[in-house]
Amino acid sequence: MSGVLVVMEQRGGAWNRMSFEAFEAGLALANKLGTDCIAAVVGESVQSMAWDSKSQPNAMYAVENGALKEYTSDAFVEALAQVIKKLQPAYVVFPHTYQVRDFAPALATRFKQVLISDVVAVHEGPVFVRQLLQGKLNADYKHSSQGPCFISVQAGSFRAEQAPASALTMEVFTPELDATKVRNRPGERFRESAQTVDLSSAPVIVSVGRGIGEQENIGVVEELATALGAEIAASRPICDNGWLPMERQVGSSGQTVSPKLYLAVGISGAIQHLVGMKGSKTVIAINKDENAPIFEVADYGVVGDLFEIVPALTKAIQNAKG
Amino acid sequence: MKIVVAIKQVPERDAQIRIAADGKWIDESDLSYTINEPDAYALEEALRLKEKNGAGEVIVVCAGPERVQSTLREALAKGADRAIHIEADDLAALDTLGVAQVLADAIRGESPDLILTGLQSDDLGLGQTGVVLAELLGIPHATIIMQVEVAGAGLKVKRELEDGWFQHVEMPLPALLTIQSGGNKLRYATLMGIKKAKTKELKTVPAAASSSTPTITLERVYLPEKQKKTEMLTGSPDEVAAKIVDKLKFEVRVI
Repeated sequence: MSGVLVVMEQRGGAWNRMSFEAFEAGLALANKLGTDCIAAVVGESVQSMAWDSKSQPNAMYAVENGALKEYTSDAFVEALAQVIKKLQPAYVVFPHTYQVRDFAPALATRFKQVLISDVVAVHEGPVFVRQLLQGKLNADYKHSSQGPCFISVQAGSFRAEQAPASALTMEVFTPELDATKVRNRPGERFRESAQTVDLSSAPVIVSVGRGIGEQENIGVVEELATALGAEIAASRPICDNGWLPMERQVGSSGQTVSPKLYLAVGISGAIQHLVGMKGSKTVIAINKDENAPIFEVADYGVVGDLFEIVPALTKAIQNAKG
Repeated sequence: MKIVVAIKQVPERDAQIRIAADGKWIDESDLSYTINEPDAYALEEALRLKEKNGAGEVIVVCAGPERVQSTLREALAKGADRAIHIEADDLAALDTLGVAQVLADAIRGESPDLILTGLQSDDLGLGQTGVVLAELLGIPHATIIMQVEVAGAGLKVKRELEDGWFQHVEMPLPALLTIQSGGNKLRYATLMGIKKAKTKELKTVPAAASSSTPTITLERVYLPEKQKKTEMLTGSPDEVAAKIVDKLKFEVRVI
């Protein structure tokens, strides 16, 4: 058992770009261990997909079967279990996508292993770093058993450099699958309604989180957004409660934004939120908890009561704008 | 329909977190605990399914030390029919597979039609217990579910995907679903509910002995390193406001 296997994700022949970040994590791990880094991609017909990232694998497998056309956990677990038995990797690396969250824990269970999910860094050891308690703490994990070690890599934790597409020779591996054993029937993908708010192009965003406490208080933040000429956005709990529409949600289940200014009000900064906004040029955070993880990515921070600070700030901005 | 809801008790979100002396977990001495929020949505979905069908049973299950009984009582007050407390003083000694095995052993005898749980925990956040539990019980699963409908002999569920996309998935029963937050509005326990909860069954069972040693270990917890150098702005609200305006004008240049 040796080497690192990175399982890439695709849909309809298009890469999920997080796969290349996971590949960089796998490659860094392979370099540390002095072993090969092998990639695999799963689908009905994926052998002709072009590789368009600068770093390349030592070998690449196209895991193909008609039963893998649409994603189902049953078929993916069975197919990848066969790939792992054939290749015998010491490490299996995934991007931490919604699809991986759906099947990788079951795949690891087949090998009596536990996936180390949502890894943000890999240190000597290897030690895998992930976050606890909504980002308040980091934790070092080690794999402590025989058998392959499974990890999934959080978005934005490793950097992949895009390169001109090149045809990579892929060896086809055809797993034996019994389509009648696939229990779930997936339907078409759909969007709830036409996305009318495009936060991704907004230069200034004022974003509100759980710290706002109640729906009636949202107005305080809306006034600040108006004064700044900003789009208003929110973290997931605000949209879950229906205080702002879902289309204003920033984070892994909402929009990804990279404004000139992201002003976070009462947002603690769970990792699911941070992945959606850490590309912002400047981040200002106002929060009552000095240990809130939002301050780890903030350029300017204010620890205090948002109900005192935000109205004062709105007034000061209105005065400054005359 | 017989529905089991697997619940975890976690530290309150606002809790002041201190690292324990051994550096391997947090100091639990002065912590207050509550239901893991995604699990509260799983319970809500279970109660609504029962109400919609007009029949059935909702059983809440939680593994942990004695303190988890308060969380189970709350679930009973909200409308669950009975509760099972799996007594396990040191869950931290188990990995996800070990915890899922403990849950599977307690749930198997109930033969539920449906198992619901939150998509991840607010403390460890591994997001796997539900999927591993389904695998151990040999039943199909679907994750990050927003809506559940009974469709014939099975279910039709709405699964959340990335970037605002969704997908319907049809699946047979018995099945396990991990529930995303926000699909429903959470209910509060009524006074009547709290009163009734006192008469409902809360059974304590010992955790089955773990057959496996952990495959992954948590070696150390620590405060995250800062990714950016944060300049903290201090003073009265008006002073802080003036400092921010200054930054907005001359550094960020948005006014």
